[in-house]
Amino acid sequence: MSTFATNLDTSDLKDRADHLFRRKRLMNFGLPALVLVYLVYVFFAFDVPGLAQRASMDKAQTLVSDSYSYKTHVTRDNRSGEISVAIEGERKGSYAEGTGPSWVALGPETVVDLEDGYLVTFGADNFVSFQIPGYGLVTAQPTRSGGVNPVFPDGDLPDWISSSKNRLDIQTEAGRLTVTRNRTEVFRYFFGWELFFFTLDSPYHGTKPGELMGLAFAGEAGAIWSDFWNNAMWRHKDVAWAICETILMAVLGTFGAAIVALPLAFLAARNFSLLMPVRFAVRRVFDFLRGVDALIWTIILARAFGPGPLTGSLAILLTDTGTFGKIFSEALENVDDKQIEGVSSTGAKPLQRYRFGVIPQITPVLLSQLLYFLESNTRSATIIGAITGGGIGLMLTQAIITQKDWEEVAYYIVLIVLMVMLMDWASGWLRKKLISGDESGH
Amino acid sequence: MADTTAGPGPDARVNTIQADYMAMAQRRRLYSFVMLFIFVALMAAGFRTADARNAGGFFDGLHRIFDYPKEVLGEAAQNLTALPGYFVQYLPSLVETLNIAAASTLIGLLGGTLLSLLSTRGLAPWPALIPVFRRFMDICRAIPEIVIALVLIFVLGGGPVPAMIAIAIHTSGALGKLFSEVNENVSLKPVEGLASVGATWAQRMYLGVIPQVGPNYVSYALLRFEINIRASAILGFVGAGGIGYELKNTISWGQGRYDQATAIFLLLFLTIVVVDQLSGVLRDRLTHGTSA
Repeated sequence: MSTFATNLDTSDLKDRADHLFRRKRLMNFGLPALVLVYLVYVFFAFDVPGLAQRASMDKAQTLVSDSYSYKTHVTRDNRSGEISVAIEGERKGSYAEGTGPSWVALGPETVVDLEDGYLVTFGADNFVSFQIPGYGLVTAQPTRSGGVNPVFPDGDLPDWISSSKNRLDIQTEAGRLTVTRNRTEVFRYFFGWELFFFTLDSPYHGTKPGELMGLAFAGEAGAIWSDFWNNAMWRHKDVAWAICETILMAVLGTFGAAIVALPLAFLAARNFSLLMPVRFAVRRVFDFLRGVDALIWTIILARAFGPGPLTGSLAILLTDTGTFGKIFSEALENVDDKQIEGVSSTGAKPLQRYRFGVIPQITPVLLSQLLYFLESNTRSATIIGAITGGGIGLMLTQAIITQKDWEEVAYYIVLIVLMVMLMDWASGWLRKKLISGDESGH
Repeated sequence: MADTTAGPGPDARVNTIQADYMAMAQRRRLYSFVMLFIFVALMAAGFRTADARNAGGFFDGLHRIFDYPKEVLGEAAQNLTALPGYFVQYLPSLVETLNIAAASTLIGLLGGTLLSLLSTRGLAPWPALIPVFRRFMDICRAIPEIVIALVLIFVLGGGPVPAMIAIAIHTSGALGKLFSEVNENVSLKPVEGLASVGATWAQRMYLGVIPQVGPNYVSYALLRFEINIRASAILGFVGAGGIGYELKNTISWGQGRYDQATAIFLLLFLTIVVVDQLSGVLRDRLTHGTSA
């Protein structure tokens, strides 16, 4: 009827439409503008322009290049004249005395062949020469009192050479030479993670996978495994333990929280808990557990139990008891009473009423939340591990703090990502399996 | 013959059925019981392993659990009058933590929106790349914030920016996944309508899709904001500024600054509770409609 009414005031309608349009326009342009204003504020509040100066591109470069490559150090101690070759300059990666890779010719005059014509020669009396194609020969004669005494070809020094009285540093794409009074060192960079499987002291270092398979079948599988497992450079055993610890923290924390939270949730649910004060108190306990963050629980618990996986799992347990308690009690409040009535009509006792009338109804909610949290807690466990000390989080922070083992950092990051994705996949699979199985089963 | 078999027949059949049912029920119960037993055994074994690998044992530490809070609160109780002053003193770092959380949620919201639109069938401009974007989101989601934060702190130096970037990356992945589930249910009619008048992809998305999914997006983003406040507090603890950093400083100082630690505890606790409540109310209004 009203659509045919002719006594409508068009100007009023127009006003209303205009008003609506204005509001929409305000929303459409105002909201993005507001977001933009906020981001600009944050830009200056966080001092992003100043950050550009503080950021060190050198560090970024080392980090990136070190994460996928390694360097071999050829070092001469200028006091004793001893020459050592070590991967990453670490003792656990060093070649036995008097041996080296094929590109280092040890002898009275040691020649380090960096290929493409780059040639470093360690001569007698600490003398060192570096043949650089396209530039010429650089020599240095470090002495205890007189500095390094570098000699360059004629002309200005290029910017990849830095030289002072006591230090010479030449960086080329083939390798790097540093000379100080105490030591002369050549670095050669290689692609990959060296010694990932076997360290140099293992007889299996450098063995091809095919040969290794043959040896394994010939009865050396145990020795091969132990050499790999106890690799001092990459510490596969410790890493595997650390990952297990992290997963353990997540599992213990999540399931423990569910076990603690379920009975408490009954006390907090409106339809099961008849005493108002009890309900109120339990709810505030949940709020408190959730509000005091996992971070603070971690700090408090670490004081009592010391660092380790137990502290981490208890911190997760406490925080998640609050979260689960809230979720479960909400699920309990949405339970259908008919099923409970049906069960009690058969003469079931209260405990049986809960077991057969309530639990089957909330199981899907409970399980899906539980498994969802399991995945997210794997990440939390990594973070908590980094704070309290435990699991892969600790190994990661340690590797970052040393600021040189970036290949290990990269390795741990890959492992963490794989671990979380695995837990994600496993919890999704279980969820599908358990919850759909529940529907068909009952 | 017929009589004799018909007489006990149904009874016997009922009996066998009942016996079968009971046997099945019993086996089922047995399986459940075995599963429960295995679960309990695994939990116990896990607990024991964790206990063994911990620096201090569970039962040794249990009675000490309240020592530290008592010590801290005791010192705070003595200096009760100083607390309001500390609240004011640490307010800027609290604001910084909130800013980290808010900025990273906003950036994550934008990133997640883009990623989800790129990886939803029917909306994606390059359908062939959907799996690529999905995997990318998975990886963003799987990396814990602390990993990116620690690496960025090394490169960029301490401060709020590494934390913001780290949380934003994680948030993009997490929100992207949730958003793409929302996008699946979008009506394509407005999008087709816009396409018919020659709208570009960005226009189609902004005018055709976003208005449909906006409330859901905002609701998820608010939930994420709650999580991100906690995350930014934690990242402060490893050197990324904000209240977490102050907390770490006061705590590692030990006795003498516990009153300040308490003030920070309280600030953080109150902030988390207040934001949880506020965003809970807001989310309720968004999901149940403004009319309700």
